[in-house]
Amino acid sequence: MTDSPQTTTSGTSTMSRTDATKSDATAALAGASSIASEDRAPMKSVSPAQRAVKATVKHIVMIAASLAMIYPLLWMLVSSLRPNEAIFREPGILLTTLEFNNYVQGWNALSHPFSHFLWNSAIVVFASILANLIACSMAAYAFARLDFKFKIPMFAAMLLTIMLPVHVVIIPQYILFSNLGWVNTFLPLIVPKILATDSFFIFLMVQFIRGIPKDLDEAARIDGAGHIRIFFQVILPLMVPALATTTIFTFMWTWNDFFSQLIFLTSPDMYTVPLALRAFIDSTGESNWGGMFAMSIISILPLFLIFLFGQRFLIKGMATTGIK
Amino acid sequence: MSVVAELQQLKKAPQGQRKRRHKDNKAGHLFLLPWTIGLFGITLFPMAASLYLAFTNYNLLQPPEWIGMDNITRMMGDDRLHNAIQVTFTYVFVGVPIQLAVSLAIAMLLDRGMRGLAFYRSVFYLPSMLGSSVAIAVLWRQIFGHSGLINQLLGMVGIEGQGWVSSPDTALGTLIILHVWTFGAPMVIFLAGLRQIPDMYYEAASIDGAGRIKQFFTITIPLLTPIIFFNLVLQLIGAFQNFTQAFIVSGGSGGPADSTLFYTLYLYQQGFGRFDMGYASAMAWLLVLIIAAITAINFWLSKYWVHYDD
Repeated sequence: MTDSPQTTTSGTSTMSRTDATKSDATAALAGASSIASEDRAPMKSVSPAQRAVKATVKHIVMIAASLAMIYPLLWMLVSSLRPNEAIFREPGILLTTLEFNNYVQGWNALSHPFSHFLWNSAIVVFASILANLIACSMAAYAFARLDFKFKIPMFAAMLLTIMLPVHVVIIPQYILFSNLGWVNTFLPLIVPKILATDSFFIFLMVQFIRGIPKDLDEAARIDGAGHIRIFFQVILPLMVPALATTTIFTFMWTWNDFFSQLIFLTSPDMYTVPLALRAFIDSTGESNWGGMFAMSIISILPLFLIFLFGQRFLIKGMATTGIK
Repeated sequence: MSVVAELQQLKKAPQGQRKRRHKDNKAGHLFLLPWTIGLFGITLFPMAASLYLAFTNYNLLQPPEWIGMDNITRMMGDDRLHNAIQVTFTYVFVGVPIQLAVSLAIAMLLDRGMRGLAFYRSVFYLPSMLGSSVAIAVLWRQIFGHSGLINQLLGMVGIEGQGWVSSPDTALGTLIILHVWTFGAPMVIFLAGLRQIPDMYYEAASIDGAGRIKQFFTITIPLLTPIIFFNLVLQLIGAFQNFTQAFIVSGGSGGPADSTLFYTLYLYQQGFGRFDMGYASAMAWLLVLIIAAITAINFWLSKYWVHYDD
């Protein structure tokens, strides 16, 4: 960070510095901001009672807004546990009976049991994560620490590809991969990641590595370590938070990815979860919402678990790089 | 620092640096080997190929046939394409500003030191994590359907609803609502930005007697403009490329009456439904040009409203 003069206040720059010192910015936030605003509020003639009323009103508004936001999700969950016909007449979210029939029946509604599609998605996701971690961290190390020919144009190209719409390359990619016989395999989804085409993560890691003190590299170099050793023994262990963020985002995006999976996987044998859900809606029309809701709930369960346990990295990753 | 800021800075980078000796040439290119192969093989070469294909007639079976400007002439006379552009522009330019306004408003409320901030932030963020999934699109199709959740709720207060996703007048609106529903991601970025504003600015302002509202317009908004700009640029670029929700809600057709025919959905129909690869390539390049033009306009306009304190 320090070697690049900041001409802008994208504000978040301080965040990445905090990352580097490994202090937990996110956890600090909640507490810090409440102290800060205490100072910030003009204390003029507002009595404590008035302030308490104001805070209560605000909480009521916020709770109502939160509830409205997640109501559809709760309703989907509850509906998946109700008899199919109740979905058309039960707008409430109070569950009186528990019925797992939708799950049993949805699980077996397609040509393969749903576990087959979960497994396919898991393969693609796992391979994508591994590929992104290796390929992107290597590229990031070079951009952040090394000095080589064409670095500036290459770095600019990397930044630009973050914003490049996939549509402009997907057709020739399809032609290329279909000539290689890769359609209906997972290779078109994984090989680009081995080649570090998810440049967003390179960018995220470059930001992170810049925050690691250079003295550490230099000390290692004086001890005779080459770049490969510095990368593996100094930089990689220190960038675990960035690797965690990459893992979580790759999981989320690959798990949710529909467009490229729709294009490259056409045989039901290779279907991933999003494609299976789509096939479900196509084959049963709108007659089996119960089964569809049940499988939809199963399909977002992994995301929800990440949300519960990986949120710290998600929010930090977004705050530091500013991309969802 | 954001991608946007990084790019702006590269533009200003001193040219003199190029003359330096490059001490890590070998290692640098070695570490970048996978990326370099990817850049040329999976990005630049396909880009060039799709530019070539844009001037051909190609259906995967026969070799591409050069037809010059025919695809462009065809685009100019293609009513479905014009409609798709209109649908996409409506979606983007209604959905993105509303989404950003909501996310900024909620971030402002949350930033004022609320108890339970972490909890609210999580709840508001959850939808944007799930929003692009097929599962949520399936849910949307149900809740805005004729006997869906919305109409059941309306029925409780005695209002007779309609099939929101099956009516050409309202189908696009349901997708815009879905987009606004995912305001959590820009909200998190706004929250991070708000926290960077030094408290002393507010202290100084309140000593000078500036009230909350005045502080908002003279401190918060100006200092937040780089973040607003950043969110705007990226949300616009992203929204132009949305595909899944329109595809699932309309069953892949873009219906009813092409009212949810997003640009990307029409491109998919041409390229992978009819295997009209030449025409789809021309469409892909038009999309890139539209997005590039809008981003360029955005950067140009930013000179007039985005404050960078150097």
